[in-house]
Amino acid sequence: MIKLTVNGNAVEFDGDPSMPLLWFLRDERGLTGTKFGCGVAQCGACTVHVNGEPRRSCVSPMSALEGGDVVTIEGATGKEVDAVRAAWVSLDVPQCGYCQSGQIMSAVGLLGANPKPSDEDIDLAMTGNVCRCCTYHRIRAAIHDAAGRLEG
Amino acid sequence: MQKWPILIAGALAIVAVGAAVSAKQPDPGATLKSVQSFASIPDEKQRSLALFQEAGKVITHPRCMNCHPVGDRPFQGDDRHPHMPMVVRGVDNFGAIGMRCTTCHGPSNFDPAGVPGHPEWHVAPVEMGWVGKPLGEICEQIKDPKRNGGKSLEELVHHMAEDSLVGWGWNPGVGREPAPGTQKEFGELIRAWVDSGAVCPAT
Repeated sequence: MIKLTVNGNAVEFDGDPSMPLLWFLRDERGLTGTKFGCGVAQCGACTVHVNGEPRRSCVSPMSALEGGDVVTIEGATGKEVDAVRAAWVSLDVPQCGYCQSGQIMSAVGLLGANPKPSDEDIDLAMTGNVCRCCTYHRIRAAIHDAAGRLEG
Repeated sequence: MQKWPILIAGALAIVAVGAAVSAKQPDPGATLKSVQSFASIPDEKQRSLALFQEAGKVITHPRCMNCHPVGDRPFQGDDRHPHMPMVVRGVDNFGAIGMRCTTCHGPSNFDPAGVPGHPEWHVAPVEMGWVGKPLGEICEQIKDPKRNGGKSLEELVHHMAEDSLVGWGWNPGVGREPAPGTQKEFGELIRAWVDSGAVCPAT
């Protein structure tokens, strides 16, 4: 039996320990805000936070999550989340939106570790999050905007 | 509208699986000669040199070289292509802020996706960069405490023979060729090389 927390709730899992966290979140917990994109850690659509840091849930087997603290887009809270939400709305960042929960979880993770990132810091942190609609420029601008909100 | 996410996901999956999982099979000929097979070389210096050249099969193998870049970006795959997605060593060799090695690499290999893993997964420090250098230069570098993490030759033997991240090279998961021989054989070659004077190839 694997015990972990998801969005602050204690949960248990007794299935195949090699099952990816993404399957557990979507199929067993009904948390469909986290998306399946590629399944091989190449696109970032499945990004969640594990123990406070961004993590690709599609390549995270449940066996590695004993005692883990998982936060998904549905449960993300805090000043960085508030700033990112406001910035994303203000700059109307998403187009189709499919990748955006992953983008947002990566952006929140970056701002939590670096509250005033440069363009290069943003590019290096967000390079693993692919956007088919190419909203990259708005994403970068929105992260700067969110950093300004955190500062202000 | 409902079709697009599915199509996008499918297209990404096809491209990414091709990039991440090589179809190349492990080379069955990738073995190491035993230390005993060098006993017939009477000259100790020549024997030491031959021992290091044999160990060099491991050191220059993609399982070792890919994470010993001279720049900021590691490589991946048996064809040594730049790591995808684009990643950098960062200030501590464990990745950039917000895009750490642990964003994708877990404590063990995740074979369903072809993603390798280890609890200490990271890029070797830049002073230990080997890519593009001749074996003799790498040899001098390995012996130099300023460029080997402050290790004595004894500590170097232990590192090569016992370190579990080095050992990952022989347990790389699906789609990657293991380093030649075994870590035990590699460690014995390094031990014998040190004991015979740790002679390096000419640079």
